[in-house]
Order: sequence, then C-alpha cells, then structure tokens
Amino acid sequence: MSEHDHHHHDHDHSELSETELRVRALESILTEKGYVEAAALDAIVQAYETKIGPHNGARVVAKAWSDPAFKKALLEDASKAVGTLGHVSRVGDHLVAIENTPGRHNMVVCTLCSCYPWEMLGLPPVWYKGSPYRSRAVKDPRGVLADFGVSLPKETEIRVWDSTAETRFLVLPMRPAGTEGWSEDQLADLVTRDSMIGTGFPKTPGAPS
Amino acid sequence: MNGVHDMGGMDGFGKVEPEPNEPMFHQEWESRVLAMVRAMGAAGAFNIDASRFYRETLPPQVYLSSSYYRKWLLGLEALLLDKGFISKDDVAAGHSVAPAKSLKHGKFSIADVERIMVRGKFGRTAPAPAKFKAGDRVRAKNIHPATHTRLPRYVRGRVGVVERDHGCHVFPDTVANDAGEHPQWLYTVVFDGHELWGPDSDPTIKVSIDAFEPYLEAV
Repeated sequence: MSEHDHHHHDHDHSELSETELRVRALESILTEKGYVEAAALDAIVQAYETKIGPHNGARVVAKAWSDPAFKKALLEDASKAVGTLGHVSRVGDHLVAIENTPGRHNMVVCTLCSCYPWEMLGLPPVWYKGSPYRSRAVKDPRGVLADFGVSLPKETEIRVWDSTAETRFLVLPMRPAGTEGWSEDQLADLVTRDSMIGTGFPKTPGAPS
Repeated sequence: MNGVHDMGGMDGFGKVEPEPNEPMFHQEWESRVLAMVRAMGAAGAFNIDASRFYRETLPPQVYLSSSYYRKWLLGLEALLLDKGFISKDDVAAGHSVAPAKSLKHGKFSIADVERIMVRGKFGRTAPAPAKFKAGDRVRAKNIHPATHTRLPRYVRGRVGVVERDHGCHVFPDTVANDAGEHPQWLYTVVFDGHELWGPDSDPTIKVSIDAFEPYLEAV
C-alpha cells in the first residue's frame, strides 16, 4: 500500500472492519433471499478482473492510428466502429471518440459521479472518482494536468468533456512521432490508459516504460 | 439536488494524486460491493439513476469522508431498504429474517453475467422532434430540482453552443424516481471558459456537458 493511501481515513483499520462485516452481512441477506447466486457475484468480479481494461482501448487507438478508414468510422460512430473489431470486448451504445490534434487537447471527467468508458478502459482509477479531479478538471484543467506532470503549449485549446449522461468518451491521442511502419501490436503497447482519458500522452518510442 | 456530489468548479480539495500501479480493488470487499450493485440492478431492483441518487443523498459529511465503494455500499443498503428488498431486521441480524420480495427480472445467476458486461441501452424512439440543432446558442436553465438531475450547477444560467445531437435518451430526472423514462433529446453543449469562470480564467478552456433538452432554453 502506498504512502498516499494512508491519508485516506477509509483505509483506517476500525472502519474497514466495520465495512467488511457490513458487506458480508449484506451478501448473506441477498443470497439467502434468493436475489443473487453467490457464484454469480464471484463471476462478476472475475469478469471485471479479466475481460475489461485499457488493453481494449489501446487496440482501438492503435487501429485508428494505422487505418484511416477505421479512424473515420470511429470518429463518426465509435460504438459501431468498435463493434467491428472482433478481438475487442463488446461495447455498449453511445461511445464517442474524440481526437486530439496539435491545436486541441481533450480531457474527460465526470463531475457528478464517476462515468467512464468501462469496456474500453476498465474500472476507473481512484483519482478519477475522487474530489480533487472531479472538482478541478472543469475549472483548472491545466493545473490538473500539471499534477500528472503534463504540460501543453499555452495556446493549445483544452476541451473538457463532462460525462453528464450515458454517453462515454474515449480520447484518441496523437500518434507518437518515430512510429512509421509500426504494427498495430507495437503501437498498442505505447497507448496508456491516461492518454485515453486525456491526462497523459502515449509512451514515446524507445523511452523506458 | 444541490448536493456535495455536484463538485465541478469547487476549490479546496487539493492535488490529484495518481497511484502508480493501482490495483483494481484495494480491498476484497470492494469487489463484492461492485458485484452486488451490478447484480441487484440487473435483477431489476433499481435502475442506474436511482443508484446514483441514493449515493447523492448520503449526508454531505458522509459522502466526502467515505471511500468510493463505501459510498456504493451505503447507497445500496439505503436503496434496498427503501424499496423493500431488505428490512431493518435483516440488517440488524446480518441474515435474512424477513420474506423476500419478487424481483422484476428474477434471481441474478451466472448466466446473466455476460449480459451485464455490456452497457445497457439508453437510446429511445423520439416522442417529438428535436428543438435544437448543432450550432444553436442555448442557455442552461437556472433550475434547482430537489431530486436527481444531471445538470451540474456550474453551467446553470450560462450560455453555450449545441455541438452534437445524440438522439433521444432515457431522462435521468424522472427515471431515478420511478416516474418513467420520458425520453428526451440529448445534446453536447459547449461553454467557453470565460462564460463559466469569468474574464480572468484561462482563455483556452472549453467545457462541454451532455444536456437533456429540458435543461436548455433558446437564447
């Protein structure tokens, strides 16, 4: 556990124990009432742990970098375009891909809760769901980016997308220079989760990961 | 509701602190809470907007001091109690002591897991033509519903431009209260940073929300 976690009182031992007991009690109640199969709860957790994650989004980005027709289709209707890729997990409706350009950087937040493209990126990290990011991303996105060690030219437009409905946003970052002729697999390895949220960039070819 | 969950533009929460190599769950119980929320929702005990509303109605001091999945747990308990799926006696006993209530979609079983790994469909047939189109200037209404809404406070009364039309979607403001889906047109509306944060703010910022038609008025 990192130093950072100790600042959160929810990791305090006494509260954790109380929470743990409460969770177990609720699970007993729901299974005893016949609302859920206990094994189905295990299967849900396993599915989240194995089926979804940023590798799905990375495949999509790498494909868009490699295939102009796919990129065009992705920007027009991301749910439909992603649905044509057999190796990526199925995606629900209303996925919107937004393209970073030299003049415009996109960044995604959910100020009201934690809306996030689960199928593309997995479950959101704690910081995405936390008060500092949710409060500041819409008012001071450059300050938030600085917290990630990211800085953009001062003339670059920053567009923040607040996910207030059931639409979900996937940032299509710019393809790194020096990757001409790379395969989709090689390109996918450069795509980071944060680059698809807009709080980071893809990895640079040759740089230590 | 004007709750503390509506945090866009608030100051004082400090720096964003990304955790390197963050695990999917920090404690095992978090994964159980996630699974219970997903399973009970899929079984028809509640919809996604109701589950959001119950987290929003946690007392502000509880909301701010609880971890993410702790909020999910507290919201889930409150929702199941309110809807009669569990009783206070069940909770006090830590076991089921009261009769079960029937679920709209029946017991959640292993066969249902694959289905919930794809997001639900929220698009609906349009009951009326769209009032706005891309390029229209619109004002986010100065409204303050006491119940669930997806119109954040920081845009209310502000003027923006419609950028995209997403078709008609389930209306969270009614469905959260079991008052029906009442599908509404949904638009991406873009606001200039200056319009939201005043003349001293960064001129390169634009912020968009996805706004349901009843949140907007023509300018």
